Amino acid sequence: MPTLKPELPDDHLEYVEAWGRASGSVAHVFRPSTIDELKKNFKLAQETGRTIGFRGGGNSYGDAFGNRENMVLDLSRLNRITDWNPETGIIKVEPGVTVEQLWRYVLADGWWPPVVTGTAKTTVGGCAAMNTHGKNGFVMGTFGDHITEFEMLMANGRKKVCNREKNSELFHAAIGGFGMFGCFTSLTMQLKKIYSGHLEVEGCSRPNLASAMSWFDENRDGADYLVGWLDSTAKGSGFGRGEMHKARYLQPGEDPAPARTLSLQAQAIPDSIMGIIPKSSMWFYMGFFFNNFGMKMVNTGKYVAARMLTGEKGKKYQQPHAAYHFLLDYVPGWKWGYGRGGLIQYQTFFPKKTAEDAFAALLKLNQERRMPNYLTVVKRHKPSDFLVSYSPDGYSMAMDFRITRHNREAVSRMARAMDEIVVKHHGQFYFAKDSTLRPDIAQQTMGTEKVAEVIRLKKKYDSKFFFQTDLWNRVFAPLAKK
Amino acid sequence: MTNIQTNGVTQSVRPLEPQPAAIVVGASSGIGAALVKELAKRGYRVGALARREDKLDELVAGIKGQTLVKAIPHDVTDYEAIPDVFSQLVDELGGLDLIIYAAGVMPNVGPEEYDFEKDRQQVEINLLGAMGWLNLAARRFQITKSGTIIGIGSVAGDRGRKGNPAYHTTKGALATYLESLRNRLADSNVQVTTIKPGFIDTAMLDGVEGTFWVISPERAAELILNAAEKKRQIAYVPFQWRFVMLIIKYIPSFIFRKLSV
Repeated sequence: MPTLKPELPDDHLEYVEAWGRASGSVAHVFRPSTIDELKKNFKLAQETGRTIGFRGGGNSYGDAFGNRENMVLDLSRLNRITDWNPETGIIKVEPGVTVEQLWRYVLADGWWPPVVTGTAKTTVGGCAAMNTHGKNGFVMGTFGDHITEFEMLMANGRKKVCNREKNSELFHAAIGGFGMFGCFTSLTMQLKKIYSGHLEVEGCSRPNLASAMSWFDENRDGADYLVGWLDSTAKGSGFGRGEMHKARYLQPGEDPAPARTLSLQAQAIPDSIMGIIPKSSMWFYMGFFFNNFGMKMVNTGKYVAARMLTGEKGKKYQQPHAAYHFLLDYVPGWKWGYGRGGLIQYQTFFPKKTAEDAFAALLKLNQERRMPNYLTVVKRHKPSDFLVSYSPDGYSMAMDFRITRHNREAVSRMARAMDEIVVKHHGQFYFAKDSTLRPDIAQQTMGTEKVAEVIRLKKKYDSKFFFQTDLWNRVFAPLAKK
Repeated sequence: MTNIQTNGVTQSVRPLEPQPAAIVVGASSGIGAALVKELAKRGYRVGALARREDKLDELVAGIKGQTLVKAIPHDVTDYEAIPDVFSQLVDELGGLDLIIYAAGVMPNVGPEEYDFEKDRQQVEINLLGAMGWLNLAARRFQITKSGTIIGIGSVAGDRGRKGNPAYHTTKGALATYLESLRNRLADSNVQVTTIKPGFIDTAMLDGVEGTFWVISPERAAELILNAAEKKRQIAYVPFQWRFVMLIIKYIPSFIFRKLSV
């Protein structure tokens, strides 16, 4: 059998599970710790006829870092901070440096990553590849907006330095290009100067969807962060009600003791609740609420509590950065509460004009099908100039759905129905969260020209399609074949 | 590989719509062929292996629908080729969730015949081939902590009857081998199911007299997959055989040898 691929030994085989745990695939996983090793992995893949997909922190909800039966390079050991200038706030890191590593490194000098994800376990390489966003998208844009330069190892084994002037085509394609053009080997970022380890946070409640949505633009002046949580279970006059949080950095002089709040101790997330309940086992108890009835109680309870504690007018308090930003790390392992089947997230982005109608239609559909999403988060965004951009001047809504052995088909069908709403309202999808997108919907939401451009650049920079992931094979490979 | 056949279906795997992948070894006819069809019907991507290429052609051509089917001609006694064919097929299917070893032969053996060649052929196909294939699957499943192994044994493996000593031996040994795999893989979330078919209406039954409770290979295939889905360790197909064999197993030898069973 002459055309057989040379065998790749099975001692690196691993089940690579989606962060949401609802899916996964088996791949040969390698964890290079140096650029030389990375190059050797490239060579091994080429010799054995395998493709390569990259994995950073492994926090993508779906199949963005899986690469069925091929190679996955986990870059989490390429995690050195190679240069830091506390005067200018410019930092140079390897791709496996996590957001947590980053903020802990620079905090005492009075700096903070300008855009952070809801968990600090993500890596800089992963954030750049997915071009992630935070709660400040409306003012700070996306993660990639703060990258000034990167070095990339291309499929041919050569290094390319890219910034907004040099190799700018590749710069704008690779950021947000979900690992399809090459491997980041070094990234340079401009961080944000802060004058206190605390943020001033103001929480308030909003009684319905229209008022929750208008809250964003009413509050954007003077706010550095805006985020809303919606009660997805409320019907009737309370439909779309929620709790909103805005936050702003403290100005110089506002914090009487910045050196204290800018210390790691001041940022520590407590490991118990109210000082007694250990959080390490919380996920287990949360499991009792991860069903339609339990979630109705939790959502209602959360809204009522917000209404009583903060009211519509709002209440101000100070909170450490880490506690405000990394809500997903607040209860360790909370996703296990979803049970064996895990969860998926369906996040969509709509222009300002259509967002409210679209959100209403989506939430109604979930309620009608008795598959309410358990956690609904709304954020405000502005457009970015990267090739695979997903954020318009508008809003995003992220919805978490529990997956069980029996509801896969129903959720899948509902996702198709939601897709129609998204297409109708000119919505967009974001690959770090996606598990359900199909090629035809990708083409409709991204536009034929954008898809063609992605494929053209893929062919230009990786002509043999050496870099692939399950996500690429699901959404783009069928389009590239046409 | 030049001689790989496929029904040409291409499909991408979506996280919420997983298409499990299965390999059937010994798929040219009988239970194996029926299993391939039933797996395709249930939405599996199927890799089919058999010695006879013409039979594989027929099988692949006969499967309609949306599921990918790949077929490779392969002789299970070509042990050296197994690792390459295994990895090639797993690669083409994009994974492996289930493997079924259905290859088996039962030549006619006369009451006074002691033909070493016939015995050796049965050991090689019914037992060694199973070890060649299932060892590879077991290792992979142990690493990835999931998967299902189905071995097609026989009610004939429960007792050593007069008829065909080697056949009884291979089926009995296969059952023991599968039991060992099951125990070995218990901690790795791997399901191992031993199937013990009674009389199935296949070529193997040609010329066999005194058959009863005969079921079609299609029905057998359904029952086999159901048993594995229900995580049965040992399943008689059809189930009535369980009671028959329960009695037969405990008949003392001095009586057993006088019976015409």
